[in-house]
Amino acid sequence: MARKVNLRIWRGDSNSGALQNVEVEANEGEVVLDVIHRVQATQMGDLAVRWNCKAGKCGSCSMEINGKPRLACMTRMSSFEEGEEITVTPLRAFPVIKDLVADVSFNYKKAMEIPAYEHPADLGPGEARMEQIDVERSQEFRKCIECFLCQDTCHVIRDHEENKKSFAGPRFFIRIAELDMHPLDMLKNRKRTAQEEHGLGMCNITKCCTEVCPEHIRITDNAIIPMKERVVDVKYDPARWLGSKIRRREG
Amino acid sequence: MTELERYKYDVLVIGAGGAGLRAAVEAREAGLRVAIICKSLFGKAHTVMAEGGAAASMGNVNSGDNWQVHFRDTMRGGKFLNHYRMAELHAKESPDRIYELEMWGALFDRTKEGKISQRNFGGHEYPRLAHVGDRTGLELIRTMQQKIVQLQQKDAREYGNAEANIRVFAELTITEIIKEKGVVAGAYGYWREGGNEVLFEAQAVIIATGGVGKTFKITSNSWEGTGDGHALALKAGANLVDMEFLQFHPTGMVWPPSVRGILVTESVRGEGGVLTNTLGERFMFKYIPDVFKDKYADNEEEADRWYLDQDNNRRPPELLPRDEVARAINSEVKAGRGTEHGGVFLDVSKRIPAEVIKKRLPSMWHQFYELAGVDITKEAMEVGPTCHYVMGGVEVEPDTAAAIGVPGLFAAGEVAGGMHGSNRLGGNSLSDLLVFGRRAGMGAAAYVKSATAVAVSEASVKAAADRIQAPFTRAGGENAYSLHQELQEVTHNLVGIIRTGSELKDAIEKIADIRKRSQNVSVAGDRKFNPGFHLAFDLDNMLLVAESTAKSAIAREESRGGHTRDDFPGMNDKWRQVNHISSYNGSEVVVREQKLPTLPKELFDLFDIHELEKYMTSEEIAKGGSN
Amino acid sequence: MSGVFSPSRAQIKERTLRTDKWWLQPLATFGVLFSFVIYATFRAFEGDYYYKDHLISPFYSPCLSEACVDEAVIGGFAPISAQIFNFPLSPALIILIFPLGFRMTCYYYRKAYYRAFWMSPPACAVAEPHKKYTGETRQPLILQNAHRWFFYAGLIFNVILTYDAIISFKNKDGEWGAMSVGSLVLVFSAAMLWMYSLSCHTCRHTIGGRLKHFSKHPIRYKAWTTISRLNHSHALFAWISLFAVAFADIYVRQVASGAWTNFYFFE
Ligand SMILES: Cc1cc2nc3c(=O)[nH]c(=O)nc-3n(C[C@H](O)[C@H](O)[C@H](O)COP(=O)(O)OP(=O)(O)OC[C@H]3O[C@@H](n4cnc5c(N)ncnc54)[C@H](O)[C@@H]3O)c2cc1C
Ligand code: SF4
Ligand code: SF4
Ligand code: FES
Ligand code: FES
Repeated sequence: MARKVNLRIWRGDSNSGALQNVEVEANEGEVVLDVIHRVQATQMGDLAVRWNCKAGKCGSCSMEINGKPRLACMTRMSSFEEGEEITVTPLRAFPVIKDLVADVSFNYKKAMEIPAYEHPADLGPGEARMEQIDVERSQEFRKCIECFLCQDTCHVIRDHEENKKSFAGPRFFIRIAELDMHPLDMLKNRKRTAQEEHGLGMCNITKCCTEVCPEHIRITDNAIIPMKERVVDVKYDPARWLGSKIRRREG
Repeated sequence: MTELERYKYDVLVIGAGGAGLRAAVEAREAGLRVAIICKSLFGKAHTVMAEGGAAASMGNVNSGDNWQVHFRDTMRGGKFLNHYRMAELHAKESPDRIYELEMWGALFDRTKEGKISQRNFGGHEYPRLAHVGDRTGLELIRTMQQKIVQLQQKDAREYGNAEANIRVFAELTITEIIKEKGVVAGAYGYWREGGNEVLFEAQAVIIATGGVGKTFKITSNSWEGTGDGHALALKAGANLVDMEFLQFHPTGMVWPPSVRGILVTESVRGEGGVLTNTLGERFMFKYIPDVFKDKYADNEEEADRWYLDQDNNRRPPELLPRDEVARAINSEVKAGRGTEHGGVFLDVSKRIPAEVIKKRLPSMWHQFYELAGVDITKEAMEVGPTCHYVMGGVEVEPDTAAAIGVPGLFAAGEVAGGMHGSNRLGGNSLSDLLVFGRRAGMGAAAYVKSATAVAVSEASVKAAADRIQAPFTRAGGENAYSLHQELQEVTHNLVGIIRTGSELKDAIEKIADIRKRSQNVSVAGDRKFNPGFHLAFDLDNMLLVAESTAKSAIAREESRGGHTRDDFPGMNDKWRQVNHISSYNGSEVVVREQKLPTLPKELFDLFDIHELEKYMTSEEIAKGGSN
Repeated sequence: MSGVFSPSRAQIKERTLRTDKWWLQPLATFGVLFSFVIYATFRAFEGDYYYKDHLISPFYSPCLSEACVDEAVIGGFAPISAQIFNFPLSPALIILIFPLGFRMTCYYYRKAYYRAFWMSPPACAVAEPHKKYTGETRQPLILQNAHRWFFYAGLIFNVILTYDAIISFKNKDGEWGAMSVGSLVLVFSAAMLWMYSLSCHTCRHTIGGRLKHFSKHPIRYKAWTTISRLNHSHALFAWISLFAVAFADIYVRQVASGAWTNFYFFE
């Protein structure tokens, strides 16, 4: 049941590049990554593409398919119309290395800027007790496979290179939210630094990150907006600010 | 060519999976400078794909559990071919390793009392797997990745440079371990991105490169599972032990073809999934081997009751060790009771409400829904065996993870052998990574502190560099992609789940032939992120691994765990006392027999004599273990 | 050259390669919101046709100014006496500040109008036209952080509009027990406003979202779970309530101006 499909693949590197047309076979049940692999094995031996698990678990095969940031291993060929031309390019918010491979090191730099989890000093191995309902919120964010599709689609950096230095991006807002909601984390100033150092205020909650997340993490509703509200608690709400002064604790 | 990049570290960790990261943390915390190297991006290693959980006898769900029970299960699962000391250390130390992760920020699923929850898995007597839904490996990797970031942040504060003492070199492939004067001096490799070469000088090298699945056609492994570490170790003079034992996971996806092999986690069965053939028969009841008769239910009523009351009922046969289930499925399909795509049915939809399925098995639901268009809350899955895990691996000292025969070389994780015997229990790998990753880190640290460094000679550098350049200098040679496919056909057909002597002999010849032709592989394009070039090296490693597997398999004339011989069915007491040791003589893999270490008395006594009688000769029983 | 056209990025001329109708949604949002704003402005300045027989337009409730006719003050609910509050223009101009502020700072509407009006971004992975972008970090957009105050104000309005809806169950003579199409219109609009407020992100945060340990506050956790469920449909409630309020105003206007007659089920 093989059919021929037309692919437009971006080929090139950081100096130059262009979309190239190829015709390739696609079989029933295949995903875009399979077809790219077939191109690689039969027509373009040196076509660069990242992948690992082929099951949407590792977040390696991020690219843009018909202009949308997606995982190539989770995009089924059957989702395209018969005869439809399929355009694949590397992520466009990051520098390109070669062909479909982008330089995502920005994200690893940002990961380094988020202060780590701090365990209570008085809790030894096996002494921690946490209820399921208390860990669930953070668990949602720990589903993240670091595909960086959310980072790629976020207009704050996609459209404004200069914002990269001051903006951590949705992937790391969920990391901050995860830690702020972690029942045992001891570090107390995450809300304030989210706003002052990691650029939470730059996000205008336009929700593209949520739209592209392959893990269906509700990034905006469950992490960014709650964090924005928590920031208001400590920074912009005079009533709560006063309350916290009196009770000497962070909201 | 640009100038060679050179780095100097105390410890080099090849592999950023669970084992590599745990080793790196340990070595860094011992005060050493550490480099971590991996072929993919940081955080993408195979370990992220592990689903079910990590086995540790914390006894949070059933307080009857303890290390002795875990040890017994592990030995039983491995059919007593395990290195007892590794199984012992593993059973004793796993709980602490899990707690440690929690202290680094991991969020496991909880019990009602707020402890770490544990789930049932094949071959484990009690609920034992710490888990997070069905994405436990991800939690493990992310936690350690973040732990490493934390160490780097600390270094940034202290030394003004986050990478002062621990650095991750992502997308870099190691092609050679360099020895000078008989001891490890470093390693050589290339950046995948630019193709430029790198020399690492280090006193200790820890191999943590994971598995070999890509040697086979149908596998749950990613492209990284090419047995690099196995081959690197062999070439560096280390031994591989028991390479004939490969685990075929009973439940891989079988349809559509492009997802063939992708894993369907055992938790599906742990949560109540049932296997049936096309006649609707729950066939596993027919396949309970004698050694397991008293632990597994022989009728549906009891099996069903077990989910509610585990103390008074025997467990369902779907939860037999993997080798048994894989063989059973294989037999059903061969007997014509399989689906049109060559699988059997696995169903949770009739037993568990839809919302519970989505909560407990979210990524399975997702995987089937997105990739196969199957809603597992409503329909059965189609599954069949897939090459999943290699029990064989580098022969190591259990306590230090030091590779035997090569000072300065260490191995941990899937690449190390011995721990799992002839068959690994589900969940025992993730805990293995943590236990022996840590031990490798400690072992390397102790070694570095006592040994003196040797410099890498220019001759070694040149030899390594020439090897990398070679495929570009050959024009019009063989295509690496097609050789890889050929190899996969051979292993799948001749060294697969059921083997016979004549086929193995055939396989050995064919592998040798492919290996000869592979010397002539040529590569199109330049060095920059060129998958064809990358495959040329991976292919070399896979060929060595396949050779070692085929040669060990032909030598073992019995069926045990992950090695089934049609011509020698059943276990044989004689063979239980034998390990197969592979070594490399510069041109081919040589396999010899080595006597298994004897179980010490205190471990021997943990078992019921009647159970041991099923595995051991009467002389061994009479001796009652060593002292 | 910046953004997707930055020199280090893959050289692609198109600002998006999306092949679907990505412009449809922002366009529709723009159309609807723009029409609403035009209508609301017109109504705010109109200053008439907002009361008839215990039906008061939500745009004019509570009736505040002396422009209010007596009937409206009685029929509605005037916390501040019309005399003290001597406002020469249309009372709606004051009232509308609050619902408008509430909706302007609503997390959902922010998304909607940043995309549709400001094109920042027009749709996902479609390059935006602006050279610079600072988000909500400085004036005036930093004021979005005042959403919770508008939320509180919104709650007061919900109470008032609920009161209005109840009052609409009086007949022309002021006796209870009547029910007209107008009553149903007002009830529906008040109910949808409640749903909109309850499903608000600030509400979700206040009820339980700000807690670190749900297990120590079981009742708030339960409430949070419920609100979270409503919150899933916040966008939906945002639109329904907008239409419901607009329709209530249109209905009252048509009745008050005599264009429509309010049909009574019981009188
Ligand atoms: C789908 C799936 C599900 C599983 N589920 C479970 C489970 O539920 N429980 C369980 O206990 N086990 C499970 N396993 C098994 C377990 O995940 C693996 O055995 C384990 O993760 C191996 O870890 P590792 O650290 O040894 O190596 P890996 O995680 O495989 O990492 C290998 C690392 O080595 C690097 N590397 C390899 N070669 C080179 C080279 N030449 N140069 C540089 N770097 C190199 C790779 O880039 C990678 O970073 C599962 C396996 C699979 C495939
Ligand atoms: S919601 Fe915020 S973080 Fe997410 S894509 Fe939009 S601007 Fe970026
Ligand atoms: S949050 Fe979602 S989109 Fe972003 S990196 Fe994680 S998995 Fe990918
Ligand atoms: S290859 Fe792992 S997510 Fe696509
Ligand atoms: S978020 Fe929309 S009203 Fe508060």
